[in-house]
Amino acid sequence: MKLRFEINGKGIEADVAPRTTLCDCLREHLNLTGTHAGCEHGVCGACTVIVDGRAVRSCLLLAVQAAGASIVTVEGLADGDELSPLQKAFRKHHALQCGFCTPGMLTTLHALLSDEPTADEERIRDVLSGNLCRCTGYIPIVKAALEAREHYAKKQGSKAG
Amino acid sequence: MRPVNTYIGRPIERVEDFRFLRGRGQYIGDLKRDGQWHAAMVRSPVAFGRIVKVDAAPALKMPGVRAVITADDIARPLPTIPFRRKNPTIAPYAQPIIAADHVRYVGEPVAVVLAASAELAEDAAQEVALEIEAMTPCVDWQASMAGTPLLFAGTKTNIASTFTAQCGDAAAAFAAASYTRRERFSVQRHTALPMETRGLLAEWHASDNRLTVCGAAKLPFFNRRAMAGMMGLPETSVDYIELDVGGGFGARGEFYPEDFLVAFAARKFGHPVKWIEDRREHFTAIGHARQVDADIEIACERDGTVTAMRGTMYADIGAYVRPNGMTPVRNVVQFTTVPYRIPNLDFTGHGVLTNKTPAGTYRGPGRFEGCLFCERMFDIAARELGIDNLDMRRRNLLTAQDMPYTLVGIAPDDGFGEDECDSGDYRVTLERCLEEFGWDDKKVLAGTLRDGRYHGIGVGCFVEGGGSGPRESARMEVTPDGNVDVYVGSSAIGQGIETIMAQIAADALEIPMDQIRVLHGSTNYLKEGFGSYGSRATVMGGSAVVLAAENLLKALRETAARKFAVTPEDISVSGGVAHVRDGRSITLAQAGATDSLTSEGTYSSNKRTYTYGAAAAHVSVDPKTGSVEVVDYVVVDDVGRAINPLTLHGQVVGAAVQGFGSVFSENLVYDASGQLLVGSLADYQIPLATDYPHIRAVTLEQFPAPHNPLGAKGAGEGGIIPVGAAVTNAIASALSAFNVQPTDLPLTPPRLWALIEKARAAQAS
Repeated sequence: MKLRFEINGKGIEADVAPRTTLCDCLREHLNLTGTHAGCEHGVCGACTVIVDGRAVRSCLLLAVQAAGASIVTVEGLADGDELSPLQKAFRKHHALQCGFCTPGMLTTLHALLSDEPTADEERIRDVLSGNLCRCTGYIPIVKAALEAREHYAKKQGSKAG
Repeated sequence: MRPVNTYIGRPIERVEDFRFLRGRGQYIGDLKRDGQWHAAMVRSPVAFGRIVKVDAAPALKMPGVRAVITADDIARPLPTIPFRRKNPTIAPYAQPIIAADHVRYVGEPVAVVLAASAELAEDAAQEVALEIEAMTPCVDWQASMAGTPLLFAGTKTNIASTFTAQCGDAAAAFAAASYTRRERFSVQRHTALPMETRGLLAEWHASDNRLTVCGAAKLPFFNRRAMAGMMGLPETSVDYIELDVGGGFGARGEFYPEDFLVAFAARKFGHPVKWIEDRREHFTAIGHARQVDADIEIACERDGTVTAMRGTMYADIGAYVRPNGMTPVRNVVQFTTVPYRIPNLDFTGHGVLTNKTPAGTYRGPGRFEGCLFCERMFDIAARELGIDNLDMRRRNLLTAQDMPYTLVGIAPDDGFGEDECDSGDYRVTLERCLEEFGWDDKKVLAGTLRDGRYHGIGVGCFVEGGGSGPRESARMEVTPDGNVDVYVGSSAIGQGIETIMAQIAADALEIPMDQIRVLHGSTNYLKEGFGSYGSRATVMGGSAVVLAAENLLKALRETAARKFAVTPEDISVSGGVAHVRDGRSITLAQAGATDSLTSEGTYSSNKRTYTYGAAAAHVSVDPKTGSVEVVDYVVVDDVGRAINPLTLHGQVVGAAVQGFGSVFSENLVYDASGQLLVGSLADYQIPLATDYPHIRAVTLEQFPAPHNPLGAKGAGEGGIIPVGAAVTNAIASALSAFNVQPTDLPLTPPRLWALIEKARAAQAS
């Protein structure tokens, strides 16, 4: 079946079987392989993408359920070659090692901090508890998120102003 | 060691991160080839049985199915999974690359379905009809020790190998000791669990009889050799290509049955074949680890001087001996007591076969387990002797005067060789750890009840072996644009070697780091390589880079001499520029533009490095539920020299959190019929972001490694080794009023609650 999405700001069409998950659609049909499949049962969070502003598990959503939606994947977070403040903070704090969970961590935090730029450590940890990382022990990820907050606050401030 | 370094020792942000952060990593699952087929494994649903019939006909009728491979399609004798170390008794227990006559664990590959897509292959795999005559399995090691039934007809025992480590006269020391104590311990079966499941993509190039296998990790060169042998090809006709790897931790990258099966299919049918393990099959297919029971005894004087330790370990290694199935067994026998100077030792370790997934290594193999046994014994003994548990450690820890300290030898000889702790003073890391932790201030908390929770503090001392030999290679090439490509035999498994090796190369060549590009792992880069395991990449690969750099500068000197018609002795090289005394000069880039400027370096060493350290934990226990909170955790290690403190620190902290999973929650449980009861990440509980926020790591560089040009010791596993020891000692400290002495992992809330209730009942009666 033919589906239309807006992905990272661009209109995109895909022709997939009805049982195709959004994750497989992105990876296999649209070559957006930044979104990773770590468990395919909604526990690890590596496949998290942002659908109409909300962080969702793309392995638990059928592509057809996201038809017409505006989707942001990890490929859409940087401004060209310039890393986003959250990505820069990840690098600075060594919040990634093997990089496999990283796309889901970034999209989850981007969705959270876009909504709640003042989220405190407890809130950040609580939200991140849906994303598994085996390398870092999470501590540097939380540090990076805390540091990136001010950029999201500024962005929200400038939007409100 | 170089006197001045610009990059080594600095917390350089990683070069790898740019692609990972933007979703541009290239993992095996991301790879596609035109005309590729997808493989799905048909796995045994029973733990032990005789294969009567494998009927592929129903699957072959399904749409998109191209072929089904069973043992009947593969020439006899069936190839077997190779061993990494020699051993006189394990040969009969090697795993055939596909089950032919018998299945011996749930998840053992029986057939391979090939189809146009992964979905169709998986659908069809369920339709392959297996007729298997089930047999009574040996699910626990105790039953298996008795030898009935035998897992392998024609053998006499289910014990694949028995290791011993002896020195001095333990029996005499025990007979003469004023205090002895014996205790049993156990560590549960769990696994490394990398976040990326395994995967492979194999291609057969018929025109030149060549095989390419993408998805290599850890030790591509060893696997290439094994694959070439099985395929009847020269080694140079097989390439193992390493892409980005989503975590290794010991389990990923070993030679598994799927390595052969996927490559065999690609060659047989002439199509690229891709296989990506799903998470459910990962639990039955990837190497398990850590399951060991131990019966340990300590002998000491009343002042806490340990005169002897002895014991027997029973490692449940699953249904076959995998490539490094014996590594944890031999390690737990040799390394259990190593931070301490104990003159009389007598340990025996059995690798016992059971009808479960074969075991292998997981970060700190045998060492996490041994550290738990030894450190618990120290605390139990100190309590009963009425002496300070820290003083007891201080009395026995290895000091600078003891170095080098010869390790107890092991039999049978598995090629590990004689070895010694290389340098250090193990009391220094203990004292620093206590200071960072604030032990003296926290001491008053031990055993007290505050706001409904019992508080306790505990320590664990450890050593971590690294830098295992025999060699590693590196090659350098000045590119036409004036940069330097550095090829290393070490593998990237998420630890950041592109950055580490670039730091080392840039300092050795005295050029900026952004002129270095590091290429790693793949067998087409170098004639020989070894890879990344046993904390060896920085030590061995890094030292090879240093040697290659020296040779590149020598080549530059020679090129410059030719060009300027002077002798090489007239040339001085600094900052990547060759200067003649008269002022003429030529840069690496200029020389490389006109002449081919390349070099090789091979670093050989059979002297391992020994990082060491101590960890301290503060826990609080809720006696009503048995749940434990880690209030504070500090680990201090001395790594000789830290190449990149940022990445090193990350590894230590990450490893510590993995260790908490081992202590509290990760458990691969089997039922009596040999069915694995864990099938998803909802059942297998690794630490979450909310679980262990309070971890601190401090790295010292007081005692450089004496045997390599960097002074660096292997690190990255050490973070996990003392976790079980420090945390269980802290729990015992918290519950000292009841004399609860935890000996078995995992310490889940129900298990700890039961221990508390039992101790209370014993006190009441």
